[in-house]
Amino acid sequence: MKGKKRRESVSTTILAKVPVVEPGHTPATVTDQISSVVLTRTPKWWYAAFGASFLLVLLLMQAVTKLLVEGTGIWGLNVPVGWGFAIINFVWWIGIGHAGTLISAILLLLRQPWRTSINRFAEAMTLFAVACAGLFPLIHVGRPWLAYWLLPIPNTMDMWPQFRSPLIWDVFAVSTYATASLLFWYVGLIPDLATLRDRSISRVRKVVYGFFAMGWRGSARHWHNYESAYLLLAGLATPLVVSVHTIVSFDFAIGQIPGWHATIFPPYFVAGAIFAGFAMVITLAVPLRVIFRLQDFITLRHIQSMAKVMLATGLIVAYGYLTEIFMAFYSGNQYEEFMLLNRIQGPYRYHWYALLLCNVLAPQLMWIKRARTSPLIVFVVAMFVNVGMWLERFVIVVTSLHRDFMPSSWGMYHGTYWDWATFIGTIGLFLSLLFLFIRFLPMISMFEMRTILPESEDSQA
Amino acid sequence: MSQTMPQHRPIYGLMAEFTSSHELLRAIRASRASGYTKMDAYTPYPIEEVWEELGHHRSKLPAIVLTGALIGIALGFGLQYWASVINYPLNIGGRPLNSWPAFIPITFEVTILVATLFAVAGMFVLNGLPMPFHPVFNVKRFALASRDRYFLCIEADDLNFDREATAQFLQNLNPTEVSEVAG
Repeated sequence: MKGKKRRESVSTTILAKVPVVEPGHTPATVTDQISSVVLTRTPKWWYAAFGASFLLVLLLMQAVTKLLVEGTGIWGLNVPVGWGFAIINFVWWIGIGHAGTLISAILLLLRQPWRTSINRFAEAMTLFAVACAGLFPLIHVGRPWLAYWLLPIPNTMDMWPQFRSPLIWDVFAVSTYATASLLFWYVGLIPDLATLRDRSISRVRKVVYGFFAMGWRGSARHWHNYESAYLLLAGLATPLVVSVHTIVSFDFAIGQIPGWHATIFPPYFVAGAIFAGFAMVITLAVPLRVIFRLQDFITLRHIQSMAKVMLATGLIVAYGYLTEIFMAFYSGNQYEEFMLLNRIQGPYRYHWYALLLCNVLAPQLMWIKRARTSPLIVFVVAMFVNVGMWLERFVIVVTSLHRDFMPSSWGMYHGTYWDWATFIGTIGLFLSLLFLFIRFLPMISMFEMRTILPESEDSQA
Repeated sequence: MSQTMPQHRPIYGLMAEFTSSHELLRAIRASRASGYTKMDAYTPYPIEEVWEELGHHRSKLPAIVLTGALIGIALGFGLQYWASVINYPLNIGGRPLNSWPAFIPITFEVTILVATLFAVAGMFVLNGLPMPFHPVFNVKRFALASRDRYFLCIEADDLNFDREATAQFLQNLNPTEVSEVAG
C-alpha cells in the first residue's frame, strides 16, 4: 500500500514536469515533421475519410434544397414549439467554436505554453463550427433570400432592423465573431505559409502558398509588428467571445418564458460553450495525434490540461443546473415551478436524465489522475459531453416551450427526418472542412512551436 | 557608366547566415558598434531582443488599433442613434427614442470589428505587406530563414557600406556563409 502510494506520487511529479514538447526537438525537426504532413503525398485513408464526410455534405445540400422548395413545414416545428433543431444546433455549434478562441486568445494572454500545439486546429475548428452555426439562423428565417433584411442596409422600404432586439444583436455578434476568428486564424498562419512556400518543391504550391504568405520575410520589423498585432487581436477576441455567447443567451433570457427568463443565463451559457468546445477539441486532438504521430507535440500534458478545463467548466455548468432548480422554487412562481417539475417528470424526462449523466456525472471521472492521463478515457468522456451539451440545448428550448402557461396550448415536439438530415449534414460539412484543412495547412503552428523549444528559450534568456 | 563591370551592378546588401540566435545577436551588436544602421535581421520565430538590439523600440500598432476602436464606437452607436432618432423615429408607448442601454451590444460588437480590421490592416501596412518580391529572396539559402537559420543583412544604402570592407567585416563574425544580395 505504502509502496504503491509512493510510486504514484513519483509519477505525479514526473507528470507535472512533462514538457509541452518531447525532448530532442530543434526548430528544424519541428518544422520538418509538421510541414511533412502537408507536403507529402496524400494518404489513401484521407480520400476515404473526406469522401465519407462529403457524402454527408451532399445530404445537407439535399435537405436545404428541400427546405427552400417546400419551406420550414418539413421540420417538426409547430405551435407551441416554434424554435426547434435550428436554434439547438445553432447554439451547439457556436458554443463549440468558443473553445478555439479561448485557447488561442485567453490562454495566450494567460501565458500558457501548452496552448501552442493545439491553438491552430482549435482556431480552424472555431471557423468551421461558426460556419455550421451561421447556416441555421439563415435557413430558419424561412425565406433565406431575404436574410439581408437583418442587416442595416438602406432599402426601398425605408425600414431599419430592430436594434433593440437580441436577435439583431446576434447578427452583429456572430458576423463580428466570424470575421475576427477568420482574421486571427489567417494572421496566425502567415509565417507558416511562408515556411510552406520556402519548403514546397512543386511550382503550383510555391505560388499558392507564396500568394497567401504575402511576401512574409520574417524580418525583425515583421516580427515586431506581428507580435504586437497578435497580442492586440487576442485582447480584442477575449471580450468578444464572452459577448457572443452572452448575446446568444439573451435570445432566450429576454423572452418571458419560464425556463428562459433567468439572469444566470449569460455566465451559464459561456461556461457551457467552453465546456462543449473543449470536449470537441479533445475529440479532434486525440485521434489526430495518433494518426499523424504528433505525440511529441500534443503530449499527455495537453490532454490532461484540456481535461481539467473540461472538468472545471463542467462544474460551472452543473452549478448552473442547480441554480435553475433553486430559482424555480425560490421564485414562488407557479409557472417556473411547473416548468422545472415538467422537465424532471414530464415527457422529456429521459432527455434530462441523459443530460445529467453526460454533463454532470461523466466529467467527474476527470478528478482521477489515471483517467485524465488516458487519452482513450478522456476521449470517451469528451464524446459524452458533446452529446450532453446538445441535449442541454434541446431541454432548454423544447421543455420550456412545449408546455407553456395554458394547458390548452400544450404540444409535443420531435425532429423529423429532415431535421436530422440537416443536423448530420452540418457535421459532415464540419468534418469535410477539417479534412481539407489538415491536408493543405499546417495543423500545428510551426513558428510558435519553435518559440517554445528549450533551446529557443535559452537563447532569449 | 558603360564601362561598369557586371559584378559591379548595384546590390541590395550583404547577408550573413548564422546557426543560432546568440550568434545573430552578437553580430548585430558588433555591426551597431561599427556604425552600421541600415540593416535588418531575419529569424524563424519572433525574438524581441533582436528588434531592440537593432535600435528600435515601440510599435505604432496600439495607437492604430485604439483609433480603430474609437471609430467603431462612433460608427456603431451613431448608426443606431441616427436610424432610431433621426431617420425613422418610432414612438412606441412613449419610450425614449435614444434607448442607449439597448444600443450597447451592437456598439460593442462594431467596436471590436473595426479595431480588429485596423489591427490586421495596420500590421500589413507597417510591414509593407503584401510584397510579392523582395531582393533578400535572391539569396538561395534564405529559404532556411523560415526553418532554423538566422540572417543579418546590412543594406547597401548604409553610409558606412563598402562592398569589400563590409563583406570582410561580416566574415569575421563567424557566419556559416556571407552572400551578396542582388538588387
